[in-house]
Amino acid sequence: MTVKVLIPTPLQKFTNNQATLECEGGNIVELLEALNSACPGIKARLCDDSGELRRFVNFYVNSEDIRFLQGKETTLSDGDEVSIVPAVAGG
Amino acid sequence: MTQAIDRPQAKAPSTGSNFTALRCKECGEVYDLGAKHVCEDVCFGPLEVVYDYDAIRRQVTRDSIARGPKSIWRYKAFLPVATDTPIDVGTGMTPLLKTNRLARRLGLKSLYIKNDAVNMPTLSFKDRVVSVALTRAQELGFSTVSCASTGNLANSTAAIAAHAGLDCCVFIPSDLEAGKVLGTLIYGPTVMAVKGNYDQVNRLCSEVANTHGWGFVNINLRPYYSEGSKTLGYEVAEQLGWQLPDHVVAPLASGSLFTKIHKGFQEFVKVGLVDDKPVRFSGAQAEGCSPIAQAFAEGRDFISPVKPNTIAKSIAIGNPADGVYALELARKTNGNIAAVTDAEIIEGMKLLAETEGIFTETAGGTTIAVLKKLAEAGKINPDETTVAYITGNGLKTQEAVHGSIGEPLTLEPKLDSFERALERARTLNRLEWQQVSV
Repeated sequence: MTVKVLIPTPLQKFTNNQATLECEGGNIVELLEALNSACPGIKARLCDDSGELRRFVNFYVNSEDIRFLQGKETTLSDGDEVSIVPAVAGG
Repeated sequence: MTQAIDRPQAKAPSTGSNFTALRCKECGEVYDLGAKHVCEDVCFGPLEVVYDYDAIRRQVTRDSIARGPKSIWRYKAFLPVATDTPIDVGTGMTPLLKTNRLARRLGLKSLYIKNDAVNMPTLSFKDRVVSVALTRAQELGFSTVSCASTGNLANSTAAIAAHAGLDCCVFIPSDLEAGKVLGTLIYGPTVMAVKGNYDQVNRLCSEVANTHGWGFVNINLRPYYSEGSKTLGYEVAEQLGWQLPDHVVAPLASGSLFTKIHKGFQEFVKVGLVDDKPVRFSGAQAEGCSPIAQAFAEGRDFISPVKPNTIAKSIAIGNPADGVYALELARKTNGNIAAVTDAEIIEGMKLLAETEGIFTETAGGTTIAVLKKLAEAGKINPDETTVAYITGNGLKTQEAVHGSIGEPLTLEPKLDSFERALERARTLNRLEWQQVSV
């Protein structure tokens, strides 16, 4: 599954300053592995030492927070847009 | 009598800069004092401003603060701005009202209302955070400021940007109350009404934040912005005669205001302006958007986001950035977090208006309704000095109470018509009057 990933500014140092990437993955877990292969080091910013998504990073698939879907098991389809957004904002 | 705001006299005392760095609240990583809000290099945790409290202790006394401007800038030594001429539009030093009738109604002996429904210039607590954020935005060289808002913040950012001569673009959910939209448009900003809820607006703004070189007050300027809420703690301590209350009840949206009131109290203790004492922190949410109250009730230490559905739009944040910190604070101070229905929120607005003459918006109705609920459940000790924070003005959310407060009696300009009207007023409940000529 090829999906479009929106990279937040703080992580663009891992992506040659690219704000979007095309990436493969059947779900969020696989996407993270693929991202890390393309951009070594990026996964450690998004996941803690036990591999869980950090609590201050939110993932959205087609604008829906994955916590309303199946979390990191959320299935991805061709053409989906995955947005990675720092959680601390607003209010 | 209204006190004129004389800008030269209102100038904040020259205290130099007491803020030294930004530091991650989670992992402690230190950053420079730029426009950034999350721990980019490690964990994405929130960044907080670091202060030199020894320097502050040397600079301020109760007297020096009391001699300062009648605005938040009397506490400038504790705020993250360097200039001696911050944007001072008379924000802060709102009344702390000792209630009699409301206290009696709730069975409390010492209940105060901190009334930011009359904060200046836009009638909500947001003027505090925006005054700080836009002052800092100017220091950092921004010429355009922006925000993701549930309404009050849009009002405030647009108004104070206009005063400061900054370009402004605000983002709001498209279903906001008319008063909040109009009360933004009048200042001439670009208003982006996003088809979605606040959390969706916020996500969009997070994606936009770094693309146009704008200062988003509650995104890339958030560490500075959020510090403005500390002044709600400082003012209450000063207005209580330089002492802390026993119990605070405040609304919870992102959770930031709640935690910053606590930080304000702690800083006053740290520099010796007030004696330390335990202060209980209780938070108020609407049932239709109560992710923090749900986590509190279920004993969870994480927040599960929700999709808001409540009339309390100004606090309808389903994915609260500081939710976990608000949760921790309520628990560690032996406070509570409770939620109330929309019907109870309207009753809360009416109760405050009818007993104390304060017309608050839905967020204030939420706070009063939760205060009532906690008092009735014995979760507020009647002897505690309790402060309820009213953060916004009811004139902005008139839709919420339409149909719940009755109509005026319409009469002919004749004496017998008046007598019939008076009889009707005395014999019927106001909600039964209807809008009819008598």
